[in-house]
Amino acid sequence: MKGNEALAEAAIQAGCCNFFGYPITPQTELAAYMAKRMPKIGGTYLQAESEVAAINMVQGAAAAGVRAMTSSSSRGISLKTEGISYMAGSDLPCLIINVQRGGPGLGGIQPSQSDYWQATKAPGHGDLHILVFAPYSVQEMVDLVGHAYDLADEYRMPAMILADGLLGQMMEPVVLDDSRSAKTLPKKEWAACGHNNERRHNIINSLYLQASELEKLVVERFERYKVIEDKEPMCEKYMAEDAEYIVVAYGASARIAKAAVKQARANGIKAGLIRPITLWPFPVKELSQAAESAKSFLCVEMSMGQMVEDIRLAIECRRPVGFFGHTGGVVPTPAEVLEQIIKMTGGVK
Amino acid sequence: MAIVFKKPKALTDVPTHYCPGCTHGIIHRLVAQCIDELGIEGKSIGIAPVGCAVLAYNYFSCDMIQAPHGRAPAVATGVKRSLPDRFVFTYQGDGDLAAIGTAETVHAATRGENITVIFVNNAIYGMTGGQMAPTSLPNQVTQTTPYGRDVKIAGYPIRVCEMLSTLDGTAYAERVSVDCVKNVNKAKKAIKKAFQTQLEGKGFSIVEVLSACPTNWGFAPNDALQWLRDNMLPYYPLGVYKDKTAQEAQNNE
Repeated sequence: MKGNEALAEAAIQAGCCNFFGYPITPQTELAAYMAKRMPKIGGTYLQAESEVAAINMVQGAAAAGVRAMTSSSSRGISLKTEGISYMAGSDLPCLIINVQRGGPGLGGIQPSQSDYWQATKAPGHGDLHILVFAPYSVQEMVDLVGHAYDLADEYRMPAMILADGLLGQMMEPVVLDDSRSAKTLPKKEWAACGHNNERRHNIINSLYLQASELEKLVVERFERYKVIEDKEPMCEKYMAEDAEYIVVAYGASARIAKAAVKQARANGIKAGLIRPITLWPFPVKELSQAAESAKSFLCVEMSMGQMVEDIRLAIECRRPVGFFGHTGGVVPTPAEVLEQIIKMTGGVK
Repeated sequence: MAIVFKKPKALTDVPTHYCPGCTHGIIHRLVAQCIDELGIEGKSIGIAPVGCAVLAYNYFSCDMIQAPHGRAPAVATGVKRSLPDRFVFTYQGDGDLAAIGTAETVHAATRGENITVIFVNNAIYGMTGGQMAPTSLPNQVTQTTPYGRDVKIAGYPIRVCEMLSTLDGTAYAERVSVDCVKNVNKAKKAIKKAFQTQLEGKGFSIVEVLSACPTNWGFAPNDALQWLRDNMLPYYPLGVYKDKTAQEAQNNE
């Protein structure tokens, strides 16, 4: 399956019955797939008048207690940030897909990872986080969609799959998990779905005019974030146990970095890869542990260097952290990354 | 003793924050009365706007969602598409509906989204202290048109019901006023009609209610109602602009 289509089918398998989107490259196959599938499962595919409307339709669906989804790319996500902030402030779960392309501005349509900061630091105004997952294969896209929905529901917050144009367009075999069903989801007692004269009215809201009341709620939300930072980070370690040189990369960059690490090992260099799967919460503990034995780190991204800052923070600058990347839609090659790894070791062995 | 007047069940028992002479209270009451009479509180979901009516979620006793500025019709769409058997209404002011939320309004209407919009038009931004609204009248003095709305600079007011009535998805559009008892009674009938339009699955319905804002207009409550009659009624004629139910009945004759 194509990455974009796999994301869509996985969402349906996870109980998503409403998709609201707006056309944008390079995620078009996802929306097209939803348009074909949703009527057949009695769900809704709705092409909204804008990204802004689409995310607010998701908000309505999430408030009503159903699993909903929107997908977009980079600049479209910028338009959704208002809605994301409202949902975070109203404790609403949902799933947002960002199939990243080059920026800033209209940028380009080739794969990029330059929305890391937006996704992990500022997905909307105010004190907030959203869950951010970074798959690196089509199978992992499928697996993470269901997991993202579950965590979003559990912690009552928006979740994002931060993919890129490369993964979205890639075709790989996948195994779908059809054991998930909307019927087995936990009941959402808080939903605004009509009280049937059986309970007091539910209010979905993010407005608190008393400063102390707002502070209390935000602090409570951050207590929840602490639990997530403790329990939910995910990463893959590849040849990292005895590695002296650790490459850190996520998503499509991690595929390239993995190939480079293999080649480095073949050249007798003790290289390894740490691949964050969750970008928020960031796998701080794993990186910090790796800094005990590794000599230095290299961050590889399809950006000018965004995640690299979180690596430095995670290891508290105990080891040098270099950066290599391309941006604007240019994809690094394994040979380029290998060259950087060799540089880390102090030259050709 | 016989009770001749009481609070509708669909309103919560709390004091509102509205200014003296503000007509939001009347309009809230009319909406609640219609919900009571149709017996739909249990299946109603209301969407509150950003603006003076932002706290409407505290006042209506059905389930409520507070939407971002202008996005109420999109949020309502998400609810209605998820729960098509529920009754979904938005309650929006003029800045919310006809400026920042114009796209959401027009597209919900043209999709024939089966929701009801209560549109409170008081020709000014109330919550933020009296700035020019998309429906402020030519020459109207506001905080941001201190010399009067100059149409050469600020353009012309939008007549929402007229505009939306051109769209095939709009099933019912009526403009009413709450400046006097007679008009208040008519307003209630219009709201009930709009609600019934949704309950019959006919599509998008909107009731535009001309409303007074004594605080920001700078008038005593009675003078504000007179200003509404003298200035708003000529520019915003009352009446039914679209009624698919009536059109169908006519076609069947």
